[in-house]
Amino acid sequence: MRIPCPICGPRDSREFTYRGAALDRPAPDAGADAWEDYVHLRDNPAGPTLDLWYHHAGCASWLKVSRNTVTHEITGAVLAGAEDKA
Amino acid sequence: MRIEGKGRIDRSTWYGFTFDGVHYEGHPGDTVASALLAHDVRMVGRSFKYHRPRGILTAGSAEPNALVTVGSGAHASPNERATMVELTPGLQVTSQNRWPSLGFDVLSVNDLAAPFFGAGFYYKTFMWPKAFWEKVYEPAIRRAAGLGALSGVTDPEECEKGFRFCDVLVIGAGPAGLMAAKLAAEAGADVILADEGTEPGGQLTAEVEEIDGMAAHEWAAKLWAELGAMPNVRLMLRTTVTGAYDQGTYGALERLRGHATGHGPRECFWRIAAKRAVLAAGSLERPVAFRDNDRPGIMTAGAVRAYLNRWGVSPGRNVTVFANNDDAHRTARDLVMAGVKVNAVLDARHDAPKSDDFAVIRGAQVCGSHGRKGLDGITYRTASGETTIMTDCLAVSGGWNPTVHLTCHMGGRPVWRDDILAFVPKPGAIPGMVTAGACNGAFSTAACLAEGVAAAKQAVEDLGLTAPDVTLPEAGTEAGGIFPLWAVPGKGRAWLDFQNDVTVKDVKQAATENYQSVEHMKRYTTQGMATDQGKMSSVAALAILADATGRGIPETGTTTFRPPFSPISIGALGAGSKGSGFAPQRYTTSHAATVARNAPMIEAGLWYRPSYFPQAGETTWRQSCDREVGYVRNAVGISDVTTLGKIDIQGPDAAELLDIVYTGLFSTLKVGKVRYGLMLREDGFVMDDGTTARLGENHYVMTTTTAAAGQVMAHLDFVTQVLRPDLDVSVISVTEQWAQFAVAGPKSRPLLEDLLETTLTAEDWPFMSCGPVTVGGVTGRLFRISFSGEQGWEIAVPARYGASLFDALVARAEAMGGGLYGMEALNVLRIEKGFLTHAELHGRTTAFDLGMGRMISAKKDCIGKVMAAREGLVDPGRAQLVGLKPVGEVQQLVSGAHLFREGAKIEPENDQGYVTSVCYSPTLGHSIGLAFLERGPRRYGEKIRMIDRTKGLETLCEVVNPVFFDPEGARARD
Repeated sequence: MRIPCPICGPRDSREFTYRGAALDRPAPDAGADAWEDYVHLRDNPAGPTLDLWYHHAGCASWLKVSRNTVTHEITGAVLAGAEDKA
Repeated sequence: MRIEGKGRIDRSTWYGFTFDGVHYEGHPGDTVASALLAHDVRMVGRSFKYHRPRGILTAGSAEPNALVTVGSGAHASPNERATMVELTPGLQVTSQNRWPSLGFDVLSVNDLAAPFFGAGFYYKTFMWPKAFWEKVYEPAIRRAAGLGALSGVTDPEECEKGFRFCDVLVIGAGPAGLMAAKLAAEAGADVILADEGTEPGGQLTAEVEEIDGMAAHEWAAKLWAELGAMPNVRLMLRTTVTGAYDQGTYGALERLRGHATGHGPRECFWRIAAKRAVLAAGSLERPVAFRDNDRPGIMTAGAVRAYLNRWGVSPGRNVTVFANNDDAHRTARDLVMAGVKVNAVLDARHDAPKSDDFAVIRGAQVCGSHGRKGLDGITYRTASGETTIMTDCLAVSGGWNPTVHLTCHMGGRPVWRDDILAFVPKPGAIPGMVTAGACNGAFSTAACLAEGVAAAKQAVEDLGLTAPDVTLPEAGTEAGGIFPLWAVPGKGRAWLDFQNDVTVKDVKQAATENYQSVEHMKRYTTQGMATDQGKMSSVAALAILADATGRGIPETGTTTFRPPFSPISIGALGAGSKGSGFAPQRYTTSHAATVARNAPMIEAGLWYRPSYFPQAGETTWRQSCDREVGYVRNAVGISDVTTLGKIDIQGPDAAELLDIVYTGLFSTLKVGKVRYGLMLREDGFVMDDGTTARLGENHYVMTTTTAAAGQVMAHLDFVTQVLRPDLDVSVISVTEQWAQFAVAGPKSRPLLEDLLETTLTAEDWPFMSCGPVTVGGVTGRLFRISFSGEQGWEIAVPARYGASLFDALVARAEAMGGGLYGMEALNVLRIEKGFLTHAELHGRTTAFDLGMGRMISAKKDCIGKVMAAREGLVDPGRAQLVGLKPVGEVQQLVSGAHLFREGAKIEPENDQGYVTSVCYSPTLGHSIGLAFLERGPRRYGEKIRMIDRTKGLETLCEVVNPVFFDPEGARARD
């Protein structure tokens, strides 16, 4: 499997570490439910997902990778946080 | 026997080889199978379950019967298909699953007991007593069954792995594959053409036919050579594409040297990433089941033709053909042309074509075979009754199964076609793959050529290339009518799966016992298992199951074909991982000097660190360790601490980043100071600890534990890139850029003053200070930190000066009555002080558990803060860090042992905690340990039982403060 790293180009998935769903961190006072949701609860969608991957054996970028859990198709990858930085 | 004038072997060269110790000779170009058949060796093995004599059934990779061991001793490779092993000089081949010999096999009595051994026999028979299954029945059955055996010693052969990328991967170099590769290559695509054979042409290599007026195999060789001359084509012979995976990734096994002696890797396992693929995998001929159809001498009709036309071998002198289709008539034609006697073609069809060259008996079905260790006669049945004839070879064809396997590797189910009585690939089953030729159900050569062109056209146009015009060569259009015939009815055992000894009756019995799903039938009868994965039997078996259950074949469906298409040795799959493989080894700058002192090295992640430094007269590691602890407590010790992670953090928001990742405040840390930090995961548990020094207003250097350096680096990248991309800060690992040494002990200050030629007063350099220093003209960094509880320093220089600084430090320490200390002493020193490592920070402990709850600053948020405050994580009943010391006589402490109250029953409900670190403290003169104990800090002075059931140890301990030595910390501040 290959992931299209925006910096390094398509690279073997073994260069990446999977973290999990790309979620927004709640505010400290968001309450127990929001934090429980953020830390422990995950959807298990059949279809498109947005996951965080770390290119540990490459450019050390965190990526948001769009993937389809049904077809295993990888439809894209962008630098995580890029939109906030811009 | 060899047939003069036939075949493409080099008859001028002779290769000697042995089979079961008997010497034979063959030629370059032979396989073990063709060379054995040339010597009229028909019986090559015993069957799996009944130990029946078995011969060679096919001429290719689907061979279920002729499994042999190739090579001897450590080089022995079991379960090799004789049809695939190329003959090389001096090859040693041994038959399998027989004792004491192939001709006389004791366990062939199983065959006489066959009426008891049907499907489900083991399940039904070996049920009671239950305990007997594991200890008695299963080992005995496994010994009796099983085919080849592993050598039991390490395989000295090397294999290789590789990665390739291309625009179009063409799988199979038969007529369809060759034409596909030609079109794709002419369109300008980067093409890989792979074929599992030793010469191009696929089925053409076995046939007498013409393409464009040339012998078909010559046409294939010519086109192959033309393709090889193109710069954008890579040709791979002896390469089986074994699996289709996500994103156009294919696994492929290339047999390089094979079993020939010599240098270089034996096999290479390739991972090929292809933008598009054309599957032109051809088809496999299926046998017909009839009574005793497994006798050596009974082969597929196509195999008989292949041995004749390609290897110049006739598997018999008096051959009979049994078929339900036109294609098998070619076998009779080719044999007659080569001068081999053909008894007759027995064709099950009543409208079978007649021939002037050989007799065709219409409406005939073979219903039995005769002979002991090989075929000497058959009985066939027509409307007028049964006839027995003498024959030493029966060529059988039940039609052809398209090789659809790769199209099923991602869950696609093949589609049944009634007109050709075969399953064909489901279109689009593998994204980016197009199928062509016989694997697609197009059986005539002309159709294969045309489909190859069409498939490649689609592939290159998908890639945005323009397909050139390609003229189709002239070729035969005959595809052969077919009539359904899976099994000839009658008494006796008719074999479906030769490899697993599964009969028609077994499949019917499975249906009767309600194993009606094809997957259940497979598991109940074992049909379709082992090395051939049912390639020769699965369609016939499911046709019989369909009949027995009153369903059609499409409703019954196939079992799931999974990778690999054919067996791959573990050596090839694991290439590069033998021994230490490609695992990197990280050495510190003091590595050579350390090894020169005979220090045993231990792995710490990828690093190597000294365990202890033995000296003359010391016979145990403890003696060395105790001495080294003494250096630090009484004089001065030196230790390489380079392996701890060092992360350089710079930028206007560096302080804010540290406040986010550490529980404590680092923005308030003054320049020139160091602080201990605790890092949490977002779930509130401790991730890592370490010290961070502020070198400048916007410049910090963080240390991590050796084990967690990578994890912490990824974590900081996560925070700066994902959580807070707004921060203006850069982080980078500098672990390898700086060599760093601990200098610890009461004499550490004079040592460093001598080395640095300066004074280090307690006022200028208090505990937890840091700053630049000059050492021998080089700018380094000095940190006044301690992991031993003594006055301690760590001095860092750019790594290229590490080795010389190490020597300078060690020479001075030894002159002052101190010296080097290793990991064992380092561990003792830190346990004596109650300092933590990942034995305590094991992922299930919180700051609260470690007695560091107050280190979580109330003034700010940090990662993990919210979740660390969860009720259950600050429950006073939780196991918390304590020290343990044995009561009374010297007794052993064991890490991993559990803690129980005195008088409590030793059962899980009464478990009060566990021990994480233990050592003998030479400073205190007794063993000490760190443990987590329920409500631990409130139980100092209490006696507790330490129980280790795996070692059978029990020690009564006293619960004490985890800081055993110098609890006030005066020595470190001195």
